[in-house]
Amino acid sequence: MALLDVKNLAVSFVTRMGTNQAVDDISFTVESGKITAIIGESGSGKSVACYSMLGLIPMPPGRIDGGSAHFEGRDLLQLSEPELREIRGRDIAMIFQDPMTCLNPYMTVGRQLMEPLRYHKKVSRQEARQRALDLLEEVGIRDPESTIDNFPHQFSGGMRQRVMIAMALINEPKLLIADEPTTALDVTIQAQILKLIAELQTRRDIGVIFISHDLAVVADIADQIVVMKEGKIVEGGDSDHIFHHAEHPYTQKLLAAIPSDSKEPLVGQPEPIIRVQNLCTWFGQGKGREPVKAVNDVTFDINRGEVLGLVGESGSGKSTIGRSILRLVPVTSGHVQFDGTDVTELEGRDLKNMRRRMQMIFQDPFASLNPRMTVYDTLAEPLLLHGIENRRTVAQGVLKLMDDVGLARAFVRKYPHEFSGGQRQRIAIGRALATHPEFIVADEPVSALDVTIQAQILELMQELGREYGLTMLFVSHDLAVVRHLADRILVLYKGEIVEQGSGDDLFERPQQAYTKQLLSSIPGRALLLS
Amino acid sequence: MVTDTITDIAEAEQGTSLWKDAWLRLRKNHLAIFGLVLLSLFILIALLTPWIAPYAYDAQNLDLGASPPSAEHWLGTDIFGRDLLTQIMYGGRISLAVGFVATAVALLIGVTWGAIAGYVGGRVDAVMMRLVDILYALPFMIFIVLLMVVFGRNMLLLFLAIGAVEWLTMARIMRSQVQSLRQQEFVEAAISLGLSPAVIIRRHLIPNALGPIIVYTTLTIPSVMLLEAFLSFLGLGIQPPQTSWGLLISYGAETMEEFPWLLIFPGLALTLTLFSLNFLGDGLRDALDVRSSKD
Repeated sequence: MALLDVKNLAVSFVTRMGTNQAVDDISFTVESGKITAIIGESGSGKSVACYSMLGLIPMPPGRIDGGSAHFEGRDLLQLSEPELREIRGRDIAMIFQDPMTCLNPYMTVGRQLMEPLRYHKKVSRQEARQRALDLLEEVGIRDPESTIDNFPHQFSGGMRQRVMIAMALINEPKLLIADEPTTALDVTIQAQILKLIAELQTRRDIGVIFISHDLAVVADIADQIVVMKEGKIVEGGDSDHIFHHAEHPYTQKLLAAIPSDSKEPLVGQPEPIIRVQNLCTWFGQGKGREPVKAVNDVTFDINRGEVLGLVGESGSGKSTIGRSILRLVPVTSGHVQFDGTDVTELEGRDLKNMRRRMQMIFQDPFASLNPRMTVYDTLAEPLLLHGIENRRTVAQGVLKLMDDVGLARAFVRKYPHEFSGGQRQRIAIGRALATHPEFIVADEPVSALDVTIQAQILELMQELGREYGLTMLFVSHDLAVVRHLADRILVLYKGEIVEQGSGDDLFERPQQAYTKQLLSSIPGRALLLS
Repeated sequence: MVTDTITDIAEAEQGTSLWKDAWLRLRKNHLAIFGLVLLSLFILIALLTPWIAPYAYDAQNLDLGASPPSAEHWLGTDIFGRDLLTQIMYGGRISLAVGFVATAVALLIGVTWGAIAGYVGGRVDAVMMRLVDILYALPFMIFIVLLMVVFGRNMLLLFLAIGAVEWLTMARIMRSQVQSLRQQEFVEAAISLGLSPAVIIRRHLIPNALGPIIVYTTLTIPSVMLLEAFLSFLGLGIQPPQTSWGLLISYGAETMEEFPWLLIFPGLALTLTLFSLNFLGDGLRDALDVRSSKD
């Protein structure tokens, strides 16, 4: 018998605007010792489905319309709140996306670990502490004796997620629900956490529901995969079936959105447009403190018309390089030449004119647009500032930009919050292109987006890159995306360049240990190479 | 297709400003509009008082003394037989002027000061904010008394003195708002477009910091009016026979057991003004928050 058997579950949200069928008649099962992955884009209802079973969605506006969810013979949907509370955290545990916001910053990790144990099992302090120590050891935290009394901020992101997992496991649950547990982590850490979850699930024989927006992430670990779209299950089956014999067009689209090819190298004589020489960008200097060397003695060129990929994990300095070139952070030493001019020395009018020629696309389309400016204001601002259009022609310029980036003209008076992530990123791209720049720094421009949207935006950027004749510095932690887009790739580690080369060179003949480690961490690697 | 494009452009060209949108949203908020209308009415009355007041502001009728509301004196008279309605009308001129002018001074200095300190940061910020701290630490009363002693008593000085004290808090609020806003990527985007700091502050930072500023402004206006009453009570502000709502209220409070109307009517005028301000302030805050719109 299945550990969890969900049948015909339907959940809707009733608002003033009408009823929104968030989960529409879905059925799936989870077996002990197996991982069931639920894949879907934001808004597909994948999280709502799991949260509603545990009584974790606000009701109202949420409403369970029907169905059943049998867990060990009991229908979760029929249980009262106190009964559910007994099950939550004891028999069914959860891991969330962001380990920082899910841990109380004012409580030591040890106390937070012991809390659910003492609440559900009523064990003594010493016993609880011992259990916590054992678990921290099991999830791979080095020297738990000395770290158990630390506060969450003293752990790194990956370590915090390990703590979260330990916390979820402390009452020996039979079912673990992991909601995008690796989305906020670096690739190498992600690989470690995925491995840990798979190990724990085999060792402890627990069932796992793994919620993710990314098919590639679950490729190596999932036994069963359920693909959801707009509240419905479009396709379900074992992992092999989904990856190799997918029938539904949406699943095929998701698979196709995993970039797996590498770009043809540029032909013709390379002509450097950007020369970075011995660039150092350090933060927090002075008063005898050791500065953080975000970028340390980096030298490279970017050729005209080229897309240069910059990969590395968080803290590797990849974003700082882009910002140093654009003069968004002060450079400590070294030179950046753009078309023969040293950018690091420009001031005033010269700097303003240089800024027109170099633009940036940011990671988070929710933060990179002024929430109180309409699309019109946002796009008109650079056009007017640099005298590209005058007051009479600016409306036309704005509409032309909207056409270029694929935004309907009817949206011209809307504010950023009225758009989806993908549309916002189009606005941001339009703003960057408004000044007709020659060079663009794209800082993780697609990592905040759903996979299929990601593919659309990448395609748009490639298209516009050709049309506008752009040179691009493409910063990303996602090796597959970079390989797909970049002519050359630089691998960065702790502020220094470890290795560089064409996509094929790096992927097939990596020289440095760090590059090899990065490559082996790419989720769904088997899929990529097939 | 051609006509299509033209209407598109026409549509794109018509005002897309935050303020116009905010006004459209404010219009739908009945309470806020009620506040706006009432406030405008009070201001209008204050402006026209010299022509429409039923009596002269210093006209006494000692024989009559304090009398309750009647046909001749709608709101009654005070112990000197002066018409209360006239007093409230003249008092409103002073109170509203002090309230709005001093607050406007505070708003102008505070927002600019705080925005610059928060945006520039570093040593400039440290110097600017230490100055604010020093002014904070200065005993307010001594400051005012000093001003009055040096420059003599006058209305303009009163406005300036109150404004000079009230902007300190405004600057602190603005600075903390700007500090958190300037970390956001849209500010970086604005820098990389080549906008000057002044434009970034004006167009990108201030509109996003308005919410708390407006709320604090609506709190400042009444507190300024009360401050004026306090100063006048000490003999540092307005002197009889001139009057203000604050003064009327404090005299009314002394005699409220015998002549309750002397407290009730000036109190009512002040209360209504405060209500209107709060409704209007809340409405403005919501109207300026584009995310709150449901259309």
